[in-house]
Amino acid sequence: MTNIDRAPNAKVEAKDARLDSAKRGYAGVITSIAAEDVAADGGIASVELERRLLEMGFVEGAAIEVLHLGLFGGDPIAVRLGDTRVALRRREAHAILISSAAA
Amino acid sequence: MSMASGSVADVPALRVALVGNPNSGKTALFNALTGGHQKVANYAGVTVEKKEGILTTPSGRRALIVDLPGTYSLRARSPDEEVTRDVVLGRQSGEALPDVIVCVADSMNLRLVLRLALELKAIGRPIILALNMIDIAQKRGLRIDVEGLAKELGVAVVSTVAVRKRGLEELLKEIDAHSDEYTQARRLNLVAPWQEPSATEIRAMHREAERILKAYVKPPERPDTLTERTDDILLHPVIGILALFAVLFVMFQAVFSWATPLMDLIDASFAWLGGAVGQFLPEGLLHSFLVDGIIAGVGSVVIFLPQILILFAFIILLEDFGYMARAAFLMDRMMGVTGLHGRAFIPLLSSLACAIPGIMATRVIDNRRDRIATIMVAPLMTCSARIPVYTLIIAAFIPRETVWGIFNLQGLVMFGLYAAGILATLIVAFVFRRVFWRGVVEPFLIELPSYKIPDPMNVARNVWQRGEVFLKRAGTVIFVLMVVVWLLSTFPMAPEGATRPAIDYSFAGMIGHAIQPFLAPIGFNWEMSVALIPGMAAREVAVAALGTVYAISGADEGSLAATLAAQWSLPSALAFLVWYVFAPQCAATLGVVKRETNSWKWPTIMFVYMFALAYFASFLTYNIAKAGGL
Repeated sequence: MTNIDRAPNAKVEAKDARLDSAKRGYAGVITSIAAEDVAADGGIASVELERRLLEMGFVEGAAIEVLHLGLFGGDPIAVRLGDTRVALRRREAHAILISSAAA
Repeated sequence: MSMASGSVADVPALRVALVGNPNSGKTALFNALTGGHQKVANYAGVTVEKKEGILTTPSGRRALIVDLPGTYSLRARSPDEEVTRDVVLGRQSGEALPDVIVCVADSMNLRLVLRLALELKAIGRPIILALNMIDIAQKRGLRIDVEGLAKELGVAVVSTVAVRKRGLEELLKEIDAHSDEYTQARRLNLVAPWQEPSATEIRAMHREAERILKAYVKPPERPDTLTERTDDILLHPVIGILALFAVLFVMFQAVFSWATPLMDLIDASFAWLGGAVGQFLPEGLLHSFLVDGIIAGVGSVVIFLPQILILFAFIILLEDFGYMARAAFLMDRMMGVTGLHGRAFIPLLSSLACAIPGIMATRVIDNRRDRIATIMVAPLMTCSARIPVYTLIIAAFIPRETVWGIFNLQGLVMFGLYAAGILATLIVAFVFRRVFWRGVVEPFLIELPSYKIPDPMNVARNVWQRGEVFLKRAGTVIFVLMVVVWLLSTFPMAPEGATRPAIDYSFAGMIGHAIQPFLAPIGFNWEMSVALIPGMAAREVAVAALGTVYAISGADEGSLAATLAAQWSLPSALAFLVWYVFAPQCAATLGVVKRETNSWKWPTIMFVYMFALAYFASFLTYNIAKAGGL
């Protein structure tokens, strides 16, 4: 847990990617949560989605690994998140910024 | 409060609330603590289930234990979680503030629950942290500095293994040791003001939980590779779905074949009971009321209990095993096309046995709109009460011949009826969720718990409780309906020397005749129209009702089929079959929808849309069949 104190929604760096673009087997850390796009795309309000993701443990600095993808369009995805495993749709995964560099 | 007598009974029972993340073994702890002394009811004004149990602590104090719905946060997202929040904060109407909160944690998965514990601590009520499933954690080489953790958090910490009943005494001793403080604090009834934490505050709590975790918990040496290796198979995009279908196949095999001997037994018992009661009563109104109305009526619904119990046993086993979240994962995309949630899959599947347990099972769906949409379409799934109706009509009208070389025509029609039900479910769900309620897309976000071997006692207890709830919920509604249906089909009675069957003179007969002109365009004669009225009690009652209208004893279905074949045209028979695919022919389901949604609005909408759908589909079927020269 190296950069847990990083400010939320810090400037997205070039090496950061979004979780919905990660392939199976990808391992990295969460760098920030940016839920605005998902909200703009017909999802729930970004402040709400951000808090729900945080409550499930999608917090800056948490180690994340993509374990499984669904049959159709690789959706939803199952990830290992610290000690837990969580399933989420690609829509919501789009709000999670990840980086493999810090892993 | 007077303590003059000093007896234990005078001391008010302590109120202990169990709070924890889903899958923390909270309910197992509740079962271990309270054993058989439980009662399941509903919270006032909401349909959330309230589980309470009584126990006596080592010092002899009585304690009322409440098992609150699992949650990750007090920031409630579903009606269940709202109850947890409101009970903990003392805002739930009719529920007193708990004296102590036991925060139940899965020891292997402390990060999220520590954050919840910090959130709970902030409201300023006494808390005990129960590190549950500590045995599994120890086996994996996880080490927890319990004393250090307790000091750091400023709350009592105990280790428990609920399924082995370990650590329960320590937990109760801890409650005992502070029981006087709890009761004194009760007079003050103090709760710190609470408001939804912001994202920044949640992050801060996470950081704090992370710091505590690092300081007092040594991570496991041997991680849970079994769960991951199992998931490699069960979540595999192709093998996983095949495995899911295999599980479902076994489940339905069990529901439909294992239940048969029990259903026959129940059928025979009610017939025997009717006969026995009938012997002691002279022919007449009371005889008819008890034997034909109550006993036969209740029997026609209780007969589904074995199927429902087997279904619940499978669902609870799969849930405890940790598979349900995986099933939701596998089915989410397919359900998502209709706008439903992956979690809607199991309730809809259960509805293939009976819509009532299916509707009851929708409680796992957080979002209200998703839940209501699922409830509204559940009765379109072909339940087993339709089978007797389908079998009768198919036997009477569909020739037993082979088509395209391999298919049995009767089987093909049966398959078509099932397929029509499933297709209608998906289309109507789509209309509800994507056309009427085009609101925001709710996130699908669920934890995939570690696989665990289910505890047989827990499974048995939960199955029993579900069965009880079904009997109580359906039973009360059904009993009233049976009386109404009996009254309608009995009064007024046939005059002396009546030539037509007695039901024809009754209100049911009058209603049947009155609605017949309305049903004529879909090809229904008055006998069919009359049979629909008692058939509201439960779909398969229509078979007996047709027997009554055609004055054929119910036992002789072969001759009933022959009579129908002689009296109905094929287009009428097909329209009747299609009617039963869609029509809201089950008052018990409507009653349960009312209970589950707490309003008459939804059963009314359900009745109207299903009726319209049935009428439209039967109209098309009848006219197309007639035009086709059938």
